Amino acid sequence: MKRHLLSAADLTRDDAELVLRTAAELRSLADRPIKKLPALRGRTVVNLFFEDSTRTRISFEAAAKRLSADVINFAAKGSSVSKGESLKDTALTLEAMGADAVVVRHGASGAPHRLAHSGWVRSSVVNAGDGTHEHPTQALLDAFTLTRHLGAADGGGLDGRRVAIVGDVLHSRVARSNALLLQTLGAEVTLVAPPTLMPVGVGSWPVETSYDLDAVLPKADAVMMLRVQRERMSGGFFPTPREYSRRYGLDGRRMATLQDHAIVMHPGPMVRGMEITADVADSPRSVIVEQVTNGVAVRMAVLYLLLSGADLSADAPLLPTESAPA
Amino acid sequence: MTTYLLRNASILGGETTDLLLADGVVAAVGPDLAAGPGADGATVVDATGLLALPGLVDLHTHLREPGREDAETVDTGTRAAAMGGFTAVHAMANTEPVADTAGVVEQVWRLGREAGHCDVFPVGAVTVGLAGERLAELGAMADSAARVRVFSDDGRCVSDAVLMRRALEYVKAFDGVVAQHAQEPRLTEGAQMNEGELSGRLGLTGWPAVAEEAIIARDCLLAAHVGSRLHVCHVSTAGSVQIVREAKARAAREGGWEVTAEVCPHHLLLTDELAATYDPIYKVNPPLRTAADVEALRAGLADGTIDVVATDHAPHPHEDKDCEWAAAAFGMLGLETALSIVQETMVDTGLLDWAGVAERMSAAPARIGRLAEHGQPLTVGAPANVVLYDPAVRRVVDPATSASLSRNTPYRGMELPGRVVATFLRGTPTVLDGALV
Repeated sequence: MKRHLLSAADLTRDDAELVLRTAAELRSLADRPIKKLPALRGRTVVNLFFEDSTRTRISFEAAAKRLSADVINFAAKGSSVSKGESLKDTALTLEAMGADAVVVRHGASGAPHRLAHSGWVRSSVVNAGDGTHEHPTQALLDAFTLTRHLGAADGGGLDGRRVAIVGDVLHSRVARSNALLLQTLGAEVTLVAPPTLMPVGVGSWPVETSYDLDAVLPKADAVMMLRVQRERMSGGFFPTPREYSRRYGLDGRRMATLQDHAIVMHPGPMVRGMEITADVADSPRSVIVEQVTNGVAVRMAVLYLLLSGADLSADAPLLPTESAPA
Repeated sequence: MTTYLLRNASILGGETTDLLLADGVVAAVGPDLAAGPGADGATVVDATGLLALPGLVDLHTHLREPGREDAETVDTGTRAAAMGGFTAVHAMANTEPVADTAGVVEQVWRLGREAGHCDVFPVGAVTVGLAGERLAELGAMADSAARVRVFSDDGRCVSDAVLMRRALEYVKAFDGVVAQHAQEPRLTEGAQMNEGELSGRLGLTGWPAVAEEAIIARDCLLAAHVGSRLHVCHVSTAGSVQIVREAKARAAREGGWEVTAEVCPHHLLLTDELAATYDPIYKVNPPLRTAADVEALRAGLADGTIDVVATDHAPHPHEDKDCEWAAAAFGMLGLETALSIVQETMVDTGLLDWAGVAERMSAAPARIGRLAEHGQPLTVGAPANVVLYDPAVRRVVDPATSASLSRNTPYRGMELPGRVVATFLRGTPTVLDGALV
């Protein structure tokens, strides 16, 4: 694997499958009484969050702590960033404190890329969501969740599986990362959105596109609903929230058209009643809560693989056997 | 005043000849002038292997003074201009305070005279404070010592159609021209780079070509309607070239109105692919476009649809580029590399000869700016504004050696052809042996 995780495009199929395999091993930790490994003892992980994101930050924090890393949380609000300190100076400060990995969430597309390539820091950079660009660990946890439900019995990829990603694709970093990663893993992705929320040039992406949710659902093995952010609702991208819900929301009637094995996903936070109704979100098909659990395991795998420098092969078990002291 | 004898220069790439520069004018042109009248005591400059071109004229320079002296001053900016072979620059109005009164334009004009590296012709703002709400005192700026003829809200578009109409009408009284920054504001809210496949992939808000083309089309129609002179700044798309081409054909048929256009060196060479680095050294407005646009711009410049190469030299302090893309300032340096880029993209490709370069970079901009002392052919009696250029050498661009106060060149580390060896402003060297005098 590369030194940084900036884009889902950084991951080859081998890389991605390594992360998913490692995550599968680490996930079994969650079922143990002591949920901690010494793998990253003495290493420092900084969560550098320039945007509010409680769930992603907590997920990374839990992941780092379960690997025994020291965790520093740096939130832009209430910090020197709000006093006008630049991304560069913040990065230099964290570097001086000895960060081994910087997990960065930033409102500007490409900010993690700048951190990694501008010479400001030597640490590994993990993109935890940048602007409307990418959110690769979300895609990895989505792929992990898909693999557990739909993957081949041999633990392989998602070859031939059909995944519909529905909603505000234009502004969605989750959609971009998933489109890249799921295609790498062999899945067939269909992006579903009103034309105003479809990115320019989407025709050259490795995906199908559709404006018609009802036509896509019966063929899907999984449907991933994207949040419609409040500020987009009045942005003229669609006439009214009600019309959006009618055409692109997932309700009980639409869910009934899915195949029996199909699952419903959402990266959260949900706007219940907008893109997804409560009965769908809480239905047995919904794996939304499981996605959160899987998120910790996947982020543990990413931090472990980036920081340990280990070229983890399948025959070198990461976890001690159940009887060994953890 | 020292007399200069330029030996064995090739005017516009033609037969080698000598030029005698005396009393601020070209005193003689011909072979072996050393023995001729007036050459006695002249300082000899060996121009063997060098091109002699009329001093370059830039229609679009940001000198940043007053207000942003941390980025550039009239002094440092005109040093960079001289190093690039320019003898005149038009200083854009988006300073702090804005150049929207006779007082500010006269200040900039005086600073240029005091610096003495090249002539500075201030551009006046079209609207008060560039706010796009009401006309600035265009007549007062025209009548001032700075003698303003070019008016522009550059950096902002005069998007209000009525205001643009009035501006085009009003400047007719003093033979002015409105230089439009064509950017429909609503279509480009938050825009960061060319809108296309790449902007979608990078998650950077797109700046669609139609936002430029729609304004150019409207302004051409307005200029035709009121019978005035329109100049289009930094044309960047293939569609814009085609619109200007059709408008020029109509203007030639009808007479009574005129549209001219400029292209920037960076739009002739660089493409939007560079945004994939997320390095804002490549962030500029209008943005770098596609390879197909670059090709159309070169063709438009070659066939005369685009009249002028203008630098849009836009200095920014280091911290305004050493940050994330969205937070960075738009713009790049251009004065010291413009001629080399034109050689690379237009001359070495066979699209334009050196006479064509002199037309696009000297004669045409001087004509549009109504500058009597610039842009004239190097014949006897013409003002001695001359640049000696060595097209045979290649050099690697090193920002540290720039005469500008700023370092934001996108050509850092790039090997480019050609080098300005000497620049003469009214017979006085501003650059000799490739160094500032």
